[in-house]
Amino acid sequence: MEEDVRLMKGNEAIAHAAIRYGVDGYFGYPITPQSEILETLEAEMPWETTGMVVLQAESEVAAINMVYGGASTGKAVMTSSSSPGISLKQEGISYLAATELPALIVNVMRGGPGLGTIHPSQSDYFQAVKGGGHGDYRLIVLAPSSVQEMADFVALGFDLAFKYRTPSMILADGIVGQMMEKVVLPPARPRRTAEQIAEQCPWAATGRRGGRKPNVLTSLELDSAVMEKNNERFQRTYSEIERNEVRYQEYFTDDADYLMVAFGSIARICLKSIEMARAQGIKIGLLRPITLWPFPSAEIARLSRKVKGMLVVELNAGQMIEDVKLAAAGTDVPIYHFGRMGGIVPNPDEVLAAFMKHFGNESQK
Amino acid sequence: MKEEIIIAGFGGQGVLSMGKILAYAALMDDLEVTWMPSYGPEQRGGTANVTVILADSPISSPVLDSYDTAVILNQQSLDKFEGKVKPGGTLIYDPYGIHRPPTRTDINVYRVDAMEATFGLSNSKGFNMIVLGALLKIKPMVPVESVLKGLKKTLPERHHHLLPVNEEALRLGMSLVK
Repeated sequence: MEEDVRLMKGNEAIAHAAIRYGVDGYFGYPITPQSEILETLEAEMPWETTGMVVLQAESEVAAINMVYGGASTGKAVMTSSSSPGISLKQEGISYLAATELPALIVNVMRGGPGLGTIHPSQSDYFQAVKGGGHGDYRLIVLAPSSVQEMADFVALGFDLAFKYRTPSMILADGIVGQMMEKVVLPPARPRRTAEQIAEQCPWAATGRRGGRKPNVLTSLELDSAVMEKNNERFQRTYSEIERNEVRYQEYFTDDADYLMVAFGSIARICLKSIEMARAQGIKIGLLRPITLWPFPSAEIARLSRKVKGMLVVELNAGQMIEDVKLAAAGTDVPIYHFGRMGGIVPNPDEVLAAFMKHFGNESQK
Repeated sequence: MKEEIIIAGFGGQGVLSMGKILAYAALMDDLEVTWMPSYGPEQRGGTANVTVILADSPISSPVLDSYDTAVILNQQSLDKFEGKVKPGGTLIYDPYGIHRPPTRTDINVYRVDAMEATFGLSNSKGFNMIVLGALLKIKPMVPVESVLKGLKKTLPERHHHLLPVNEEALRLGMSLVK
């Protein structure tokens, strides 16, 4: 069969991928630059084909709590928003994590803080990776840098969420949400049946049948001794995720004298500046974390012992650089940051100029 | 092969659509393509632009600061992008509403009277297709057949009766370039 290659925006790719994955429910509220997710789902009307529920909630808070309810029944449910809307969802996300429920949350980041701008940003890294809501929890955070990854990470996000019973997040930005590229959509598969859900999710509130004990799903535990046990269980899950699920991509690292570290769309811009540098004989490599949590610390540690310097490039004031510095702790490799804020996207020349500012003299020897 | 293009003008001129049709043509032609719009409030009345990159190998950055080809449809965009055309590159502009024409001599400048030609069209919305026709005559990066196939794919079926007028506009644009 010929591959079904399409041209679409990253946001549209997420919507199509969700239908094809067999997602049971999407609950969202419009906000630029991700409204095409909801719009595409409404246009595709999957409730007439797969039976998927698509609902524009009355608010972001309502949407995440609909996800909380849907996830409690073992259904594959998701929501999406952009930065200010994701802030509103934090309470619900913390509850999902504490109740050990699988769900997918998409954040197509825009410039903040506050209502900010509608233009691309990566300033929600801390919020996504360090736990934007309260309590000791983690999200599995996937950072797509292409429209293809926007499509692919829907399935990956859900698969990981169900495997570990924990919410996962696609942390995208306005560039990858708004740009159109070629994409091969995954094959469509039917939604799981009630029997399949009951088998896959024995913990879910699917209705008591055959005298099984009731499944009580709550984040509330008044006995602190029990709550500590719960926390220990969460932490064991997080350790397992850290062992098994680190994902990253390397470019030109084999012979690199210097390393750039960047995620999402800005990694693509870095790659272009690296191509320009290599044309001048300056050997820079790129490490692109695909999972921001779990973070590819071991690989960064390995590379930090190989290179003469590192530049972390982000669309923020310097957030992921903290994790890069932790990973490289114990080496004396210089690590610098370059970022633009508030929705401004640097071009490849600017990134290269930032590199040359720090390493120009020594790299051209 | 790699072609880095900026198309810029007023919101409503069909700048983004023109880029989209070009991107679809590239898809028909089995090329790699990225289409990155300026999005947001500028889309109505203000300036809008789109970066389209066509290549026969994977494309790194979808965001650029210099371009092989600039298609410029208003003064603000000319002021912004004339300096960003690579030396030896191409600048195509419509003189309608332009009071400070381009001055660079190290690039190939083409003036295409597309807005004026629009008045002779059976469908006055064909402006962007005229411009696209001129672009493809000057820089034949994709065959006209691929554009027509791409157009058919982008237009919803209820608008397919408009395909002939779009082709008419495209060919008119090509004929404007001498």
